[in-house]
Amino acid sequence: MKLMDATEAAAPTAERQPPVPRRRRRAIGLVGALATLIVLMVLSVMIGSKAIPVPVIWDALLNPPSSPDQFAIRDFRLPRTIVGLAVGVALGLSGALIQALTRNPLADPGILGVHAGASFAVTVAVGLLGVRSAQGYMWFAFAGALIVTLLVLALGTTRKGSSPVVLVLAGVCVGAVLGGAREALQLADPDAFDAMRYWNAGTIAGRPLDVVWPILPFFAVALVLAFAVSGPLNALALGDELAVAQGVRVARTRVLAVIALALLAGGATAIAGPIAFVGLMVPHVARWIVGPDQRWIFGYSILLAPSLLLVSDILGRVVLRPGEIPVGIVTAFVGAPVLVALVRRKKASGL
Amino acid sequence: MNTPQPRVDFGRRALVLRRGRIAVRLQWRTVVVCTALTVALAGTAVLALMTGSYALSPEQVLSALTGGETGFVREIVVEWRLPRVTAALVFGAALGVSGAIFQSLLRNPLADPGIIGFSQGSYTGALVVILVVDGGYALLVGGALLGGTATAVGVYVLAHRRGVQGFRLIVVGIGVSAMLGSLNTWLILKADLDQAMSAAAWGAGSLNGVSWNQVVFGGACIAALLLLAGTLSRPLRQLQLGDDAAAAHGVRVSPTRLGLILVGVALTATVTAASGPIAFISLVAPQIGHRLARTAGITLVPAAFVGALLCLASDYLAQHIAPNPLPVGVITVVLGGGYLGYLLFTEARRRL
Repeated sequence: MKLMDATEAAAPTAERQPPVPRRRRRAIGLVGALATLIVLMVLSVMIGSKAIPVPVIWDALLNPPSSPDQFAIRDFRLPRTIVGLAVGVALGLSGALIQALTRNPLADPGILGVHAGASFAVTVAVGLLGVRSAQGYMWFAFAGALIVTLLVLALGTTRKGSSPVVLVLAGVCVGAVLGGAREALQLADPDAFDAMRYWNAGTIAGRPLDVVWPILPFFAVALVLAFAVSGPLNALALGDELAVAQGVRVARTRVLAVIALALLAGGATAIAGPIAFVGLMVPHVARWIVGPDQRWIFGYSILLAPSLLLVSDILGRVVLRPGEIPVGIVTAFVGAPVLVALVRRKKASGL
Repeated sequence: MNTPQPRVDFGRRALVLRRGRIAVRLQWRTVVVCTALTVALAGTAVLALMTGSYALSPEQVLSALTGGETGFVREIVVEWRLPRVTAALVFGAALGVSGAIFQSLLRNPLADPGIIGFSQGSYTGALVVILVVDGGYALLVGGALLGGTATAVGVYVLAHRRGVQGFRLIVVGIGVSAMLGSLNTWLILKADLDQAMSAAAWGAGSLNGVSWNQVVFGGACIAALLLLAGTLSRPLRQLQLGDDAAAAHGVRVSPTRLGLILVGVALTATVTAASGPIAFISLVAPQIGHRLARTAGITLVPAAFVGALLCLASDYLAQHIAPNPLPVGVITVVLGGGYLGYLLFTEARRRL
């Protein structure tokens, strides 16, 4: 770490001139993203099957609730928004971590078996153990995601350390085996199939806050871990040998990053079900905006991912009013056109 | 007059078959691996023909195949069980080659025809037919093919901007696939439970109810396409070096790539039409073949043999391990994923 700082400090002064405006631009962008997120959070509380004006929201936050609108805010809209924020942050950061870790700008946090582990555990819980509530699924999903990710890490690691390609292939293999077993269980048991098709869609509605609180400390730990390894991950982007030459402990960095990733993606999946695409797209787009520095990518991902999730959730409430579309389905419809438009405009970005 | 050819050491033993002006250079290891796979295929095929609610001996199967038996035994072997075994062989080989084409074309070990949206598109088409139109089998096949082809064309067109670049194709494919995947989830969510389950079973791919008609027609298409793939496979090796290097070697990159994509998609489309999308063979067979034959890059022939064996073995297990038959796609995923995992594990051990 010391060495890293020294190299940065010793950067030639001639090159210091151009980065300053760029750094300012990135900072302004970050503030803009934060403002967008705050606006979206307010909108998420306001908009729904019944629109609620801002003064009522304010009232409901400060005073004990009295009117139905205020109850709706306290018990439904506000928890939903907070859950969206937490899940979005976790998904965005886990996506940034996996893309940095595998040096693959298109890696998805599910690639190391997080989703496969979580859905397999939930299927077992539903099909064989008869668990029937979303709260009951949560710990199964979290445990499944963690166990499977650690298994993939163990499989993809040799005494010499792990290579990203082997790690990814191991994740795909474990995911496939579990996926097949899960599908066999589901096709044999209509009840499990029925429960799983709802869980599979991924939603942030109907998750009371007191159920979600216990997951948040895990997110906090993972957040600290992620930013701690962001510097070493920058060095790892140059390749393992160069990273070692710069004083980075490659194996330790990888293990810490995978643990952070498992906590974030596993926790998000446990709360909301498998929400695909956010973790893939947001860090990818963030890299187009800010360049290859992981710390900036992490920062942008943390703000942009919950924005995408909240926009999708709001749209999901509005489009089929009074019905709703689960947010996991809407994210792809909001995100994919943006991604396609960007890739057609931009020159493709490697890592 | 023949001047002696200078001997080139390729670093591995090669077998050269020469007849007049045509010479084929094969690597010994590939030849040995493919022979071993052929033996395994024959064994599994006989086993599959023997097993069923009416068990037969290997001698009965062999004599039925060579025309020795008549009557009931012949009926069982040739009319009932053989179409399914042939279908598994041919379709497995087609999927293996299709995956190998995409993986070497896009230089990505996780690429398969699904990457340009074919799988999700065909599933969407089938779901619309099953859940919305409620049509018969012919309509289902039509819907799946239409959905898959339209998606693949759409992805190609969206990725086209002064030529198609591999990376842009992948990104657009991922985006479009994600949208269609969400649409599929939504359709399944809104459907009635029975219909949703039958749609999911179709989506896993199954060889139940495959008849000689489908096998002969599909097999003819696949044979033609495999021949085409074989003729296009030489520039494929140069494309693996990168677009620029391939162009420098005299490969016309864009037309070659388009041709290969078309062949790859057509192979998958043929299989999808006959049996539904059988998952994972196209992903895993090229990787397993590459590791068994230790070839320099992804090659088509080992991928075809591995794909056929994987599909046949999976179909055998799918019919006989569970109390009621499972879709073959469920087993290919477990078997292929497990075996590739084992290979990776031993490979990692060897590198210590």
